[in-house]
Amino acid sequence: MNEFKLLGKKATRYGFGEALVELGEKYPNVVVLGADVTGSVLTSFFKEKFPDRFFSIGIAEQNATTIAVGMALSGKIPFFATYSVFSAFRNADQLRISVCYNNANVKIGGGHSGITVGPDGATHQSLEELSLLRTLPNMKLVVPCDYLETKKATLAVAEFYGPAFVRFGRAPVPYFTTEETPFKIGKAEIFRQGKDIAIIACGIMVWQSLLAADELWKRRGISAMVINSHTLKPIDVETIVEAARTCGAVVTAEEHQVHGGLGGAVAEVLAKNYPVPIEFVGVPDRFGESGEPEELLEKFGLTWKEIYSSALKAIDRRDNKPQSNHVYRNVEDIAPISQDLI
Amino acid sequence: MFEFEKVTFENKPRESWEFKPIAKELRKDVIKSLALAGSGHSGGSLGTADLFAVLFFGGIMRYDPQNPKWEQRDRFVLSAGHICPILYATLARAGFFPVEELKTLRKLGSRLQGHPALDVGLPGIETAAGSLGQGISIAVGMALSDKYLDKNDRRVFALTGDGELQEGSTWEAAMAAGNYKLDNLCWIVDNNDCQIDGRVRDVMSIYPIEKKFEAFNFEVLTIDGHNYSEIYDSFKKFIQNHEQKIGRPTVIIAKTKMGYPISFMFDKYEWHGIPPTEEQALIALKELE
Repeated sequence: MNEFKLLGKKATRYGFGEALVELGEKYPNVVVLGADVTGSVLTSFFKEKFPDRFFSIGIAEQNATTIAVGMALSGKIPFFATYSVFSAFRNADQLRISVCYNNANVKIGGGHSGITVGPDGATHQSLEELSLLRTLPNMKLVVPCDYLETKKATLAVAEFYGPAFVRFGRAPVPYFTTEETPFKIGKAEIFRQGKDIAIIACGIMVWQSLLAADELWKRRGISAMVINSHTLKPIDVETIVEAARTCGAVVTAEEHQVHGGLGGAVAEVLAKNYPVPIEFVGVPDRFGESGEPEELLEKFGLTWKEIYSSALKAIDRRDNKPQSNHVYRNVEDIAPISQDLI
Repeated sequence: MFEFEKVTFENKPRESWEFKPIAKELRKDVIKSLALAGSGHSGGSLGTADLFAVLFFGGIMRYDPQNPKWEQRDRFVLSAGHICPILYATLARAGFFPVEELKTLRKLGSRLQGHPALDVGLPGIETAAGSLGQGISIAVGMALSDKYLDKNDRRVFALTGDGELQEGSTWEAAMAAGNYKLDNLCWIVDNNDCQIDGRVRDVMSIYPIEKKFEAFNFEVLTIDGHNYSEIYDSFKKFIQNHEQKIGRPTVIIAKTKMGYPISFMFDKYEWHGIPPTEEQALIALKELE
């Protein structure tokens, strides 16, 4: 059974915006840089509270990133946030050299991430940045699972010296973690114990994984472990390897391209330490498109159903069962579940 | 093959004629270290030696080689990271690290990386640089922090190339510096009109430079980058601008010649990214004497 209950829906960006205000109160050297979309990524909360420590840089993400470095090299803790497509890609060279090579104490917020930014379409749907950011030395990369965890993650990245990126989104999404839910950068948390299949997820796919685990148990008697691997870098090798040892098969799930993100990180860990069959749930190497977040999640295969069918497939591969007899998607035993859970 | 003199120079107000022997020593260091390295950027390193001589040894910049992280120090950001041989020579002659270390330029394990690095812990280096355009934005961030957060009287000096101005982000930096009235920022443009592929004006013209900076609310000073009194006066003017809080950043457009004054390198863009051979180095050193 899931110990987590759906508490409601809230956009993860609120966690980021609220945390910055708390940090502003706690640390006089926390500063925030904006690139015009402050009301979208909710750096506006900080701007209102601490106007003297907010710097508007305009629509100039390369400049904002490097100005943040200059401030960090002056003893400040700068947070720069805009949409992930701009705070990870437009400024990629600046992240690589000025932020990461300098090991500067710069914190980047990636808002409006993933397919759930919705109607803005493919240009604004960042589905590739985890792959890029994961290869940068010195970078720490966090993809929190809900509103409250985004808040905890944002507070946490201020507590260590060095570059960090926190990913969050625009659309209201399920929130279910509480103040008591453990959170530590670099430590994946087992959100549900299980022994037949390990589902390793990040971001909004953690809730979908919990739903899939419920359905696997109810419909098939399969006991699924669910791991919230919120930190992609450094990845929690120990927890992932232990899960693979326990279950012998793994599914990864992320709101990102299937290549190079969490799935890639887990595959690297397991290929080296404990190879088991892995199935990858994510966007299948294509760009997004306009639509409502729920429609897009359905269309791009980012729901509990794909996790469910991928789990069956991974188990079959582990057990050397023929897979051709299975149709893994939209099988009849995947009845629709209540829409408000998605 | 080449030995480095042990001499260091004091940072103090000087007469114009006093800079010549200092610049000569810096140029000798550049030539020797590049010849020993077997790769690296000669043209800009030699062409800017007079600017470095005045900035670091004329009592313009406030720094303490014994305490490189001194919190009241002025900061120098080399945005054109590829001409680091002149920065390394300058820092060594200022006493930040042993002059002997200039022999290790670009060698495995050296603190004198091919482009400046922070993670090797070379005293006096304020940031990594190498991807053009980034250093100047870092300098803007430092100046913002000094002026608006710490509210101190520190100054930030930054040097870019002229070809570097083709990078769009340099103009983002200029926009922000003007917008935030960073009178504590002194931007030096090494205007030798040379880049790897040829004349800057042929590869992609950045002219008129002065009008562009004026439009971004800069105080623009155009000088002969090999004339010590013009260099000295322009830095003094910037310091005055800062003290009077004019609310505008200062840019010094230093007209320089690549490879100056070595005859076979003089104003030749081909010398942007290559070192002298041993033979060429010996000729160059002789010309300097």
